[in-house]
Amino acid sequence: MTECILRMRQITKRFGEVIANSEVNLDVEKGEAHALLGENGAGKSTLMNCLYGMYDSYEGEIYFDGKLERVSDPKRAIALGIGMVHQHFMLIPVLTVVENVVLGLKDNKELLDLRGAADKFERLGKKYNMVIDPWARVETLSVGQQQRVEILKALYRDARLLILDEPTAVLTPGEIEGLFEMIAALKNEGRTVIFISHKLNEIMRVCDRCTVLRQGRVEATVRVDEVRDREHLAALMVGREVELQTVKAPCQPGEERLVVEHLAALNDLGLPAVRDMSFAIRGGEILGICGVDGNGQSEMVQCLTGLRRTTGGRILIGGKDATGYSVRQILREGLSHIPEDRHKFGMIGAMNIEENFILVSYREELYSRRGLLNWRWIGKHSASLVDSYNVKTPTAKEEAKNLSGGNQQKMVVARELDRGPKLLIAVHPSRGLDIGATKYIQSQIIKQRDNGAAVMMVSTELDELMELSDRILVMYEGENMGVLTQGEATREKLGALMAGIRARPGA
Amino acid sequence: MEFVTNFLTADIRTATPLLLAALGLVFSERAGIVNIGTEGIMLIGALLGSVGAHVFAAPFMGALFAVLGGALAGYVFAFFTVTLRGNQIVVGTAFNIFALGLTTTLNRLLLAGVKSIPGYRTLAVPGLSRLPALGPILFRWSLPVYLAFLLAPLCWFALYKTNTGLKIRGVGEHPKASDTLGINVFRVRYGVLIFAGMMAGLAGSFVSMGQASTFIENMVAGKGFMAVAVCVFGNYSPLGVMLAALLFGATDALKYRLLPVVGGGYSQFLNMLPYVITVLALCVFAKRSNKPAASGVAYRKE
Repeated sequence: MTECILRMRQITKRFGEVIANSEVNLDVEKGEAHALLGENGAGKSTLMNCLYGMYDSYEGEIYFDGKLERVSDPKRAIALGIGMVHQHFMLIPVLTVVENVVLGLKDNKELLDLRGAADKFERLGKKYNMVIDPWARVETLSVGQQQRVEILKALYRDARLLILDEPTAVLTPGEIEGLFEMIAALKNEGRTVIFISHKLNEIMRVCDRCTVLRQGRVEATVRVDEVRDREHLAALMVGREVELQTVKAPCQPGEERLVVEHLAALNDLGLPAVRDMSFAIRGGEILGICGVDGNGQSEMVQCLTGLRRTTGGRILIGGKDATGYSVRQILREGLSHIPEDRHKFGMIGAMNIEENFILVSYREELYSRRGLLNWRWIGKHSASLVDSYNVKTPTAKEEAKNLSGGNQQKMVVARELDRGPKLLIAVHPSRGLDIGATKYIQSQIIKQRDNGAAVMMVSTELDELMELSDRILVMYEGENMGVLTQGEATREKLGALMAGIRARPGA
Repeated sequence: MEFVTNFLTADIRTATPLLLAALGLVFSERAGIVNIGTEGIMLIGALLGSVGAHVFAAPFMGALFAVLGGALAGYVFAFFTVTLRGNQIVVGTAFNIFALGLTTTLNRLLLAGVKSIPGYRTLAVPGLSRLPALGPILFRWSLPVYLAFLLAPLCWFALYKTNTGLKIRGVGEHPKASDTLGINVFRVRYGVLIFAGMMAGLAGSFVSMGQASTFIENMVAGKGFMAVAVCVFGNYSPLGVMLAALLFGATDALKYRLLPVVGGGYSQFLNMLPYVITVLALCVFAKRSNKPAASGVAYRKE
């Protein structure tokens, strides 16, 4: 029996009436990489936040290094040697890297020695092959670099147990490899890693053992090298058998629905975000847009949906020049848009589901007559939408903000697809959703394509793009790096293009 | 020459209370608290200063009263906004109304019939004050004036070079991130609000014991709000705040210099000058801002 660095016993965490963790037991051995696998809302982050002292209270016992500890605040956790890289980075954007690193250190002198800290930080970075300028402001760093700052920040505090909460969600395939090497290096030094994820293949690659959580409870703890079939792990996580493979009929492309010619646009800071972008999507086809977040995808989508001014090029929808169209004009051409941030752009939290359903169509026949809304019909129609899109809610009068993330997304998807789009732009359609909801929304997107809609799907999830897209366009710094067909696309090829490395001609 | 000397001394005299209060505000604003209640705290400082100086017949005791009263007011403000998470603007406004009533009542109770109180004494710097031109402008002041202008660079140093300053900036930008690093967000915010209260109290005492030698009801007359504007205009930086306070003081000094030129009939327009400049300055400089990301938002631990 190897030594356990961490034992959590009967941990229960409630938020008001909601029980996020229920009697969870977790053993983590010294020097292992231990995965926490579970869907969104399974309680993985909550459990780790308890361990890191983020909450005022929890029920149960935590043993660290064999001693019973009450982790009442992060200060205690840091003192014990626990480090955590949160899913949303805990960095202060306007401060420099080194200021972020020393912030809150308990052995800081009142007069800060930033130079000394920067030296120590650079040495640490070299040791783990993660060199970062300590004097750069954090907001100027890429997301991947920020994550490295977070990891180094924890190691600077000499964390013996490092918690990584969904660390790969924001990385390119190349950066993910780097992270995996880092995890291996940490294990070599005898440090322990807890790796939170819902991606089976990543867990199979880097972890020694895996604990599956579902609805706040532990389903099982298994040795990864003894897992023979992934379907079994997925079933433990979801609570029923799941089809991991997506079924899709062959593509039957029709006429060109969306043509983009030499499109250019600026970002909010006035810098070029989209450069000389050209492509076309036919009806009955899904074009995936692949790229690391922040490479102009958002700006391009905003141009196409009328939310951002273009600075060059043309947009043709159904053969008509739609450059400079207002949002309403574009919607009339048959566009449906599943936006990237559903809270900001997709819904109004303080309105109920019915009201959210009619945000676009309120002027249409049946919805309203002579400026008065036809609530009786809207109510009936909403009930049928809630039903057919599986939105889990007591009634369609429930406020949208009370729905879970997955159900909010289903609500937005229901509204957008109900209009019978000719052109569908879906951005991160499954971001933040669990496997069940993801599969459902993906099947709805495929259904639209089979009905003849032209679909543009922006995603950072390579698996999703490779499964659903008929063709994949890779964006890097606002440019089109190339288009691969579903058959041609591999993780390696996409990864190189995402990193800005163009395939050599003839290679 | 005499015009310049008079103009600059008037400038510094007007700028001093604004600078004192705004230096405190830099810290509380940088930690994420919008402290509109400064106006009221200054008024309390003005009254307590007068009471202390009158009762003990010593300006020093007045300053002590004002600073302690300001600290207490800052503590109460922190209790409402940090612990109870009240809306900072609403609490601040309530504070100002309360302070006006309180000081008016206490003035009639404690200072009835008092014509004049011992104000801050001028301390000429030996030697330097005899310098031609510079002497009277820079070296013939009372203690709070020297203190205000010496504190500006000290505050700059504290904010950018010390551990405490870094914590304050961290708490204002991203309280949750600071919490994950073991910083007690609540304690930091209490600390800066008490400090800002002390500074506002001292600033208030300079209004009653430096600019005047008596307490008059509602004598702060918007200087607390102007200190907030100075803080924004000075881009939440101690040195910026010093320049901003001097600029605001200059417009006020200009007002009196222009009065004979323009004539009495239009004096109201001249009285508007500092406020018009405040509005214009805030419009022009609102963009490039060190305003902290979590400004005005109470922190809640889950």
